[in-house]
Amino acid sequence: MLTHLARLGLIALVRLLIGANPRWVNAAPSLAQSIYFTNHTSHLDTLALWVALPAEIRANTRPVAAKDYWGKGIIKQFIALKVLNAVLIDREVSRHTDPLAPLLAALDAGDSLIIFPEGTRRAQAEPSDFKGGLYHLAEAFPQVILIPVYLDTLHRSMPKGSFLPVPLICTVRFGAPLVRQENEHKKVFLARAREAVLSLI
Amino acid sequence: MLGNLINALEALSPSQKFYWLIGGVAALLLIASVIGWLLNRRLLARQNPSETSQKVINNLIARVNAWWVMVVILGIAFLAGKLGTIILFGFISYFALREFMTLTPTRSGDHRTLSLAFFLLIPLHYYLIYIEWYGLFSTLIPVYAFLLMPSISVLAQDTEHFLERAAKIQWGVMIAIYCISHAPALLLLPIINFEGQNLLLLFYFLLIVQLSDVLQYVFGNLFGKTKVAPVVSPNKTLEGLVGGGLSTILVGAALWWMTPFTPLQSAGMAAVIVVMGFLGGLVMSAIKRSLGAKDWGSMIEGHGGMLDRMDSVSFSAPIFFHLVRYFFTS
Repeated sequence: MLTHLARLGLIALVRLLIGANPRWVNAAPSLAQSIYFTNHTSHLDTLALWVALPAEIRANTRPVAAKDYWGKGIIKQFIALKVLNAVLIDREVSRHTDPLAPLLAALDAGDSLIIFPEGTRRAQAEPSDFKGGLYHLAEAFPQVILIPVYLDTLHRSMPKGSFLPVPLICTVRFGAPLVRQENEHKKVFLARAREAVLSLI
Repeated sequence: MLGNLINALEALSPSQKFYWLIGGVAALLLIASVIGWLLNRRLLARQNPSETSQKVINNLIARVNAWWVMVVILGIAFLAGKLGTIILFGFISYFALREFMTLTPTRSGDHRTLSLAFFLLIPLHYYLIYIEWYGLFSTLIPVYAFLLMPSISVLAQDTEHFLERAAKIQWGVMIAIYCISHAPALLLLPIINFEGQNLLLLFYFLLIVQLSDVLQYVFGNLFGKTKVAPVVSPNKTLEGLVGGGLSTILVGAALWWMTPFTPLQSAGMAAVIVVMGFLGGLVMSAIKRSLGAKDWGSMIEGHGGMLDRMDSVSFSAPIFFHLVRYFFTS
């Protein structure tokens, strides 16, 4: 009950602040299990993409979030774990654990994911190079659909280090699925994935 | 007969006038909805309906539906009284500024300035209307914000396009907050022999502005041939302006009984609102185009964004406000 109310409240707040209007560019929303990958410029990114998804899709889609930010404090933890049903990951790579393990488990359970392949927030409109995580997930679950997403204006709404946001309308552009190719080299695949996001600008 | 009607209208209490008006607006919208439905049915009955006609009719239906929503929201705010109305306009300014700033290129050095414009300036400015502090209301943005906003931006020491950035932010704040707020600011005017009825005058103003837009659109679609400003606003035609403008002035004259004006004064006020609203539409359209957009946003289906609906209000409200203040207050 509380979670449900918090979810509705959060959606209303995000819409009031940044609109988060979805636009499907040469694509249509689908209930099939998917990985949404997008550029990362602010703490609002996760919320914007999550709100922009149609409700039925949102119900089975889990954002991937950094444990060092979202795992701290009761409120952030409540939002991350209960409201967003996020998958928390360790950004500090240790030798003994696979940082992708929680994501693989979520995909195995049939959930869709929202991931930021750059790994960390950038201040500019264009995403920087993608890290390998997306490639490994796609290798492990070849049937999962890969959907590029571009978030505009959020690097202006809440750049790194800012305290208050500036409410600007964010259009969340969903692109056509990225099709995997046989025996594609990791670097080539990641460059192609980044291009798919860039093409939505 | 006519004399009786005039006397009866003038004898109505303010709340009776309000209900007659809202009833009249609802009746107009009902007629518009029925026309949209009939046009759509006639088009679908044709052998091969043309795509452009379908587009025009779909847009008409979307516009009318959005009007229903806007009238209901406005009606609720009016029933909630002064506070409700001021809060509603605060949100209108917020959404208008959000659209303006989304299209305006600013840099990270403006971040704090913009946050404060949204979360401090809007509430403060509307609070001044609520407590009826006219002096500070009229200077807060043109004087204090004008000087302090670039002073906050300058702390970031980013001189790239500094004048353009400061000027654009000031323009956005002037239009979205200052100009639009002159509509609800009508509530703070001590109008002679009109105590306790200022909400009616705000209703009259909004009705005339929006009716002018709607009638220009209708006349333009029916008879429009001569484009007035094809580069800036391809939909505006001379026939639309003259036909829509004149009929709005007639309606304005006929609505004198809800205002402190005589019928002739009311026609004059309506004429000013029509002209300023038309100019507002042109100027805001030119700004929009210079920022590289066709619509300000997509908030209101069929209309575009909040600023597409409020462009004529932003230009006519301050002039109407000052005319009333100068000629009709103590």
